[in-house]
Amino acid sequence: MSAVIADPRAVAETVTDPELPALTLADLGVLRDVRVHDGTVVVDITPTYSGCPAMGVMRADLLHALHSAGFDDVEVRTVLSPAWSTDWISDDGRRKLAEAGIAPPGPAPERTAGPVPLQLGPPRRTASCPLCGSADTEQISEFGATACKALRRCRSCREPFEHVKEI
Amino acid sequence: MHEETVYDALTNAHDDAGHWAFGTGFDEPLAGVDTTVPDGVDPADLGVYCLMLGDDALVLAQRLTQWMTNAPELEEEVALGNTGLDLLGQARLLLARAGSVGVLGRSRSLATASIPDEDALAYFRDADEFRNTGLVEAENGDFARTMVRLLVASTVRLAVFARLRESRDPVLAAIAAKGVHELAYHRDHAARWVLRLGDGTPESHRRAQDGVAAVWPLMADLFTATDVEARLVAAGVAVDPAAVRDEVREVLTTVLERATLTVPPWPDDVAPRGREGRHGEELTALLATLQGLARQHPAATW
Repeated sequence: MSAVIADPRAVAETVTDPELPALTLADLGVLRDVRVHDGTVVVDITPTYSGCPAMGVMRADLLHALHSAGFDDVEVRTVLSPAWSTDWISDDGRRKLAEAGIAPPGPAPERTAGPVPLQLGPPRRTASCPLCGSADTEQISEFGATACKALRRCRSCREPFEHVKEI
Repeated sequence: MHEETVYDALTNAHDDAGHWAFGTGFDEPLAGVDTTVPDGVDPADLGVYCLMLGDDALVLAQRLTQWMTNAPELEEEVALGNTGLDLLGQARLLLARAGSVGVLGRSRSLATASIPDEDALAYFRDADEFRNTGLVEAENGDFARTMVRLLVASTVRLAVFARLRESRDPVLAAIAAKGVHELAYHRDHAARWVLRLGDGTPESHRRAQDGVAAVWPLMADLFTATDVEARLVAAGVAVDPAAVRDEVREVLTTVLERATLTVPPWPDDVAPRGREGRHGEELTALLATLQGLARQHPAATW
């Protein structure tokens, strides 16, 4: 029997997201799998967006956490398929987003095989204000400070807030 | 190996070339991905095809970032930056895929021997080695023309990527499946701007119509397959550009009509130019900016 210091999955699940530090990579659905193969801890992560600049930091944070817990052989692998979806954000993750003042995403648009229909109207997305709870909110910008967020404003309390957009 | 801090881990996580990849010290984007080439596919063709799709994204990303500090409003600057970032991410994956099938081959020079494939390909190829279309390399022009070009480029790319999800190359299929969601967002965003400008003031309408006039001829060489593409279409790996023409035409016509803009006659097909490495001076100038730092200081760290 090998001398297991800690459960590598439990260690990996403590690592937080560099851009949303209130959430773990597991909450976000970015952490796809943790397994031990021939004495090596193999961790699978998937990017939220193709250009997500945080992937390198995530990889380094996972290596650091697992090395610190005594796992010397760690391999962090990128998994591209299936593509990440906001539906993978856990209920816990959604609650933590709201607590951090960021409106969690609604259900992701359905993924179909054929051509993607054109959306000429304003995005039909809605989000309740994470500060006062009002449903009366409007979009200010389709793009926010990171690729995964849009900017909205609450018409009731007048506060702007970020919204994780559905993909 | 136990790193003391996260920052040590960042710089030590990889070999000596770790400071490359856009100077971030970050990972190679395909780290850990199974990059085996499917049976019956010529790796050289696959590499060139990845360059075509990757260079389109890299060059358009560079064009969009030229709007940084110049966009008409702050939100739109963030939007163009984010769109460019998505495209840059797609470019990194595709150039890394091109490198993984050996596209650099013997053209690897001493200067690029120690840096990741994606960087060697982005920074150390000359203009005639780039495979992007003329559509993405053309100057931005004003904001209206930029949005018309973004609409056309993202409509074409989305139509190609939607089909590429079925590619026999699992890496290309995965990159496409991810890219589809991003490209749909880019296309719809650009379409709403064209709508707003075309159906806006007389001045914005005039500028949007001028933008259409400037961009339309750039579609002439988009829908004819190169020999490389034709072979890969037969092998079930690539998308035939001719197959997306009707869909592109329908989308663009819908947007322009809703925007009260006149749809010009569809340009006659001509043989591929940019896909075969034939470019205008605009690409040379763009690459001088994109590549200057890396070429002057190939061993720089930051």
